[in-house]
Amino acid sequence: MKALRNFMNKIEPSFRPGGKLAKLESVYDGMETFLFTPNTTSRSGSHIHDGNDLKRTMITVVVALIPALLFGMYNIGYQHYLAIGENSTGWFTMFLYGLLAMLPVIVVSYAVGLGIEFISAQIHHKEIQEGFLVTGILIPLIVPINTPLWMTAVATAFAVIFAKEIFGGTGMNIFNVALITRAFLFFSYPSRMSGDEAFVKVDSALGMGGGTVVDTFTGATPLGQVATSVGDPVMTDVLGQPIGMFDALFGYIPGSPGETSVIAILIGAAILLITGIASWRIMCSVFVGGLGMAALVHALPSATYPASMLDPITQLCLGGFAFGAVFMATDPVTGARTRVGQYIYGLLIGVFAILIRVYNSGYPEGMMLAILLMNAFAPLIDHCVVSFNIKRRARRAATRG
Amino acid sequence: MLSKKNKEALFNPLSKDNPVLVQILGICSSLAVTASLEPAIVMGISVIAVLAFSNVIISFLRKTIPTNIRIIVQLVVVAALVIIVQQILTAYQYDVSKQLSVFIGLIITNCILMGRLEAFAMHNSPWPSFLDGVGNGLGYTIILLVVAFFRELLGSGKLFGYQVVPQWCYDHGYENNGLMILAPMALITVGCIIWWHRAHNKDLQEN
Repeated sequence: MKALRNFMNKIEPSFRPGGKLAKLESVYDGMETFLFTPNTTSRSGSHIHDGNDLKRTMITVVVALIPALLFGMYNIGYQHYLAIGENSTGWFTMFLYGLLAMLPVIVVSYAVGLGIEFISAQIHHKEIQEGFLVTGILIPLIVPINTPLWMTAVATAFAVIFAKEIFGGTGMNIFNVALITRAFLFFSYPSRMSGDEAFVKVDSALGMGGGTVVDTFTGATPLGQVATSVGDPVMTDVLGQPIGMFDALFGYIPGSPGETSVIAILIGAAILLITGIASWRIMCSVFVGGLGMAALVHALPSATYPASMLDPITQLCLGGFAFGAVFMATDPVTGARTRVGQYIYGLLIGVFAILIRVYNSGYPEGMMLAILLMNAFAPLIDHCVVSFNIKRRARRAATRG
Repeated sequence: MLSKKNKEALFNPLSKDNPVLVQILGICSSLAVTASLEPAIVMGISVIAVLAFSNVIISFLRKTIPTNIRIIVQLVVVAALVIIVQQILTAYQYDVSKQLSVFIGLIITNCILMGRLEAFAMHNSPWPSFLDGVGNGLGYTIILLVVAFFRELLGSGKLFGYQVVPQWCYDHGYENNGLMILAPMALITVGCIIWWHRAHNKDLQEN
């Protein structure tokens, strides 16, 4: 440790203005704060101290994402070996295949995102912010596994520049950066983001696995199947066998890597709630709003909108609903901040997600669009709650006085 | 003919006083008609024609128009010119006029026109007004063409309808970006151009 400190001290002058490597000053600062706790303290005013700084908050969210990440990797392998007709393969092989399939996506996401953050920090002479830690792991979890890497790179670059850096960097963005990445892909390359070929990887991953798919193969997600079904919606796995709510609950269904297993997501939710990182008000009200809306559409089934025949619980277990509710809607930067506002914000996300999912036949999944829509409205909701509160108090003071 | 003042009227709108980049006018039509270059250039020429001649006509009438009904008079002049342009386009450029649909008609409500008539033609003689109209129309057209260039290139892989992204790229996994065809990307492209423009013109930057 001592040697490392000495080394950092020795190379420091060349990174400061006037030094040889002054262009990389932000990189040096980033590495130094990453390795050592800075010993600078504030000298004026009083400050409320909490050990829970941005770095620790971000790391906690990443930890909460690990169950979904691990299960996502396993599920990629599981779906792969199911599709090529080798479903007796051991679980470790499946996991390894999934790991190899996801690794390039994670590397691309972090390399592009952090690269832009480093450059931007250097241009503005600011310290590098840790904001991309979570976004970088969220992107591989919500992008279909078959998306070409260059598309993921372009989308990540677009999202980091236009959804974050333009607004002033970490903590200033209006929209959730990871969701903007997905929305960019969704609208730019629609054929890659839905249908039969998006969600189940059938070719080899870094030289592992690969084979010919079985004849009965269907790669569409359950929600995609429901959206195009006629009459009573029937969901099948990749072999055409019918599946039900419990497959969706455990996550043995095709889908974006992170979103399939509700159980893994709920473990993450528990971590977020126990550590107090995420707002339980938002999380619960998203589920309540979704459940209410799902019950409403289920009470009014219609053959034109096959998704309205799904029962409410299945509705919430499918697609990205749970993942969005736990990890996306609760983003403290883009969500509502007042308490009442958080209830309204969450409820509307749930309602809109089901509304889009059921009644817009173009989009089998509505969670992404619902959260982005409410991201835009969150400041307005907060403003209304605050001004309503001010008016109420003014009135109370007036009647007393 | 081209005194210093007239030169300013003609050339300022190209960059320093650009109607789209600096005054942020005419955004609506620059999002709507820029999915490819051909309708963009036709739209640009139409706006130049309407703007230049309505400026001249209003400039001739400027002393006889009663102040309290001047907007109506201006609208009548612009509307008449727009209808002429529309008829010419339908006669000679039918396909493009189909693509532009309502947006030729909507030149009437284009803020650049009303802005120039109110701000310039009402106070200046016909010749400078004509130059001002041409200059502003050109400034608008340049932006349309730049936006349309990027949108058509990245969104369809074409320029003026000709394939420019080689088949080789598609064979190796390149795909056209569907979002570039949609209006949001047009707005972001305009935003990027404004960003670039302000970065190169220090006097335009707000504090």
